Amino acid sequence: MSKMKTEIRAFIFENFLFDAEEDALQNDASFLEQGIIDSTGVLELVEWIEEEFGFTVGDEEIVPENFDSVNLLCDYLAQKTEKCLQPT
Amino acid sequence: MCGIAGYFQINNRQQNDRQTLKRMIFPVRHRGPDDFGFFVGKTTGLAHARLSIIDLEGGRQPIANEDRTLWIIFNGEIFNYPELRAELLKKGHIFTTHSDTEVILHLYEEKGTDCLADLNGQFAIAIHDTKKQALFLARDRMGIRPLFYTHHNGSFYFASEVKSIFSAHHALPRQINQHVLSEIFTFWSPVGEKSIFSGIKQLLPGHFMEVTDSGIHEPQCYWSIPFCPDEPGKRSEQEYAAELRELLIDAVRIRLRADVPVGAYLSGGLDSSAITSLVKNYTNNPLKTFSVTFSDKVYDESAEQNEIKEYLGTDHNQIVCSYKDIAESFPEVILHTETPILRTAPVPLFLLSQLVHQNQYKVVLTGEGADEIMGGYDIFKEAKIRAFIHAQPNSIYRPQLLKRLYPYMALSPAKFVEFARKSFAADADTHDLFYAHRPRWKTTSGTHIFLSNQVLEQGKELVKGLDYMHNNLKGLDFFNRAQYLECKTLMANYLLSSQGDRMAMAHSVEGRFPFLDHRVVEFAGRIPTYYKMKALNEKNILKQAMEDILPPHIVRRKKQPYMAPDISSFFAEKEPDYLDYFLSPSLLNEAGLFKPKAVEKLLEKCRKKSRQGFRENMAFVGILSSQIVYEKMIKNFKLAT
Repeated sequence: MSKMKTEIRAFIFENFLFDAEEDALQNDASFLEQGIIDSTGVLELVEWIEEEFGFTVGDEEIVPENFDSVNLLCDYLAQKTEKCLQPT
Repeated sequence: MCGIAGYFQINNRQQNDRQTLKRMIFPVRHRGPDDFGFFVGKTTGLAHARLSIIDLEGGRQPIANEDRTLWIIFNGEIFNYPELRAELLKKGHIFTTHSDTEVILHLYEEKGTDCLADLNGQFAIAIHDTKKQALFLARDRMGIRPLFYTHHNGSFYFASEVKSIFSAHHALPRQINQHVLSEIFTFWSPVGEKSIFSGIKQLLPGHFMEVTDSGIHEPQCYWSIPFCPDEPGKRSEQEYAAELRELLIDAVRIRLRADVPVGAYLSGGLDSSAITSLVKNYTNNPLKTFSVTFSDKVYDESAEQNEIKEYLGTDHNQIVCSYKDIAESFPEVILHTETPILRTAPVPLFLLSQLVHQNQYKVVLTGEGADEIMGGYDIFKEAKIRAFIHAQPNSIYRPQLLKRLYPYMALSPAKFVEFARKSFAADADTHDLFYAHRPRWKTTSGTHIFLSNQVLEQGKELVKGLDYMHNNLKGLDFFNRAQYLECKTLMANYLLSSQGDRMAMAHSVEGRFPFLDHRVVEFAGRIPTYYKMKALNEKNILKQAMEDILPPHIVRRKKQPYMAPDISSFFAEKEPDYLDYFLSPSLLNEAGLFKPKAVEKLLEKCRKKSRQGFRENMAFVGILSSQIVYEKMIKNFKLAT
């Protein structure tokens, strides 16, 4: 598992799953459908990303396609951090 | 308002036990501190704690009929008692008091259980028939007044509050009903007749039951909330509005009947403003009003309250509620709710009734119930928007309407449209009988990660527990179904109990609810859905009914439901000392209701940051209140002596 995925999982467990077993979170499971995160929890995710990765998340980027599973979030972050690293 | 308690020996053993009655009534003396009364018969004991409001001198209970074969104790008010009394006098009944209690008794003599159809009021009634050796119990239509009962070793016990029943006998089992606990952590309140305590049931709203020496008879329903919208075009909006206004004027008028002064709660919203304005415009009652405001500006509505107070010129009193106030009062509040709650909202109302009591008032009118019967809550609006999206699922514009939901919330679940579309299940089937409520139940069920495996095991297929409502829901549109569900679950078992009766009665204050006059409720059920919420304008008919007696912007103000700070109350300032005790691993393990490790991590999260999402707020308040219920009502329950 990539370092980023591990970090995301750790955050989800610490803040939303508390003491659940590791297998309570499949990397492709929808946070919303599984009840792991509710619509207010998404904002906690955004807050963490901005603090942890140092970029601002635009409102238009806060969509299920970017935020609704470990895998989707990992892809989004990979893409964003790559963008952030590119010289302007 | 009062407290009642009693027993019935099913197997006819002699008991004559005044001590049992004293033990039972003593713990609910807050419900009726003015007087105590007892009846001890061959098989039956009745006890009454009185809050004197009507016939201050003569209304002592229990009261007997002419030949002393019927005895009654009663908690509540019958608002149409003068009219009923006049009819009974014509029929030759002899009255010894001027109380509404005696009216019920003679009406029961006259009509038996059919007497309930004639009563306009809020009540829990117990009548003992010495000839039949039978006990008759009844509860008001909406469930405004509580009535619990249990059966143990041939004895039947009943009371206004569970603490009375537990005080009846040291051998009565005291256990948490884990299935009901999981219901609360799903629906926000117990559903149906069970309580959080195994073996303790409530008599459902609109029901009566009889106990005889042959046993406990199945409770019978005498009234259920009717949602039968008129045919479209039958009447105009203006006609509905005019009739609603007439009904409300009369509902207010008869609710001012008392031999003590009557005040009103004033939240700043449409419902309480409407009631206060009707009092002002259509009665001679000099009005004293009461409200609660918050030091946390997110929840504060004092500007709106002051505005309506100025407009109506009431003698106004308010308390400012801080985080500390909520945290300090929380354990005592739970002793009164006697059930876990997922929100701290009852606490400020507990403090508000204290203010009323300090002002030497015993009775207040409130706007409670308007949102349920007139369609005011965002859950109804949410259902309507979801259905609108569902009609054109591929539309990129329709989901934008979700932004209109929950505008008063700092953390609105509708803030991000695409997430909202998914979390509100905008693709759900509108024919699903529970269509409107499923998103809320799903969000609340997120708290299940804290429940112990044992509780989770007990709490399977919770929605099946609502199957008994199917027949009443079939044939209704989703809007009326949502209203019915809201009335039958949350209103009766949380709003009118934990947030209503229990918080007011904690300080010997009686709440009266004009919107829950059954004539108003029945009328509201006839209003077509498209008039109730016109486009997204909630409580449209009520607004029209009030538009010439309230300022336009108060009538048009968007609904802001009453809320109080949850986690912030315990962590934003100084953490209360009791948290470490109630949430200690040892007490959590002993109670067996929650996963100690998960609770510990939740506590850590709360300590790091006091503002959290829905789930954490509900979970924290729910876990803490459950632990307090366990500790105070199960582990260390003190039998009154």
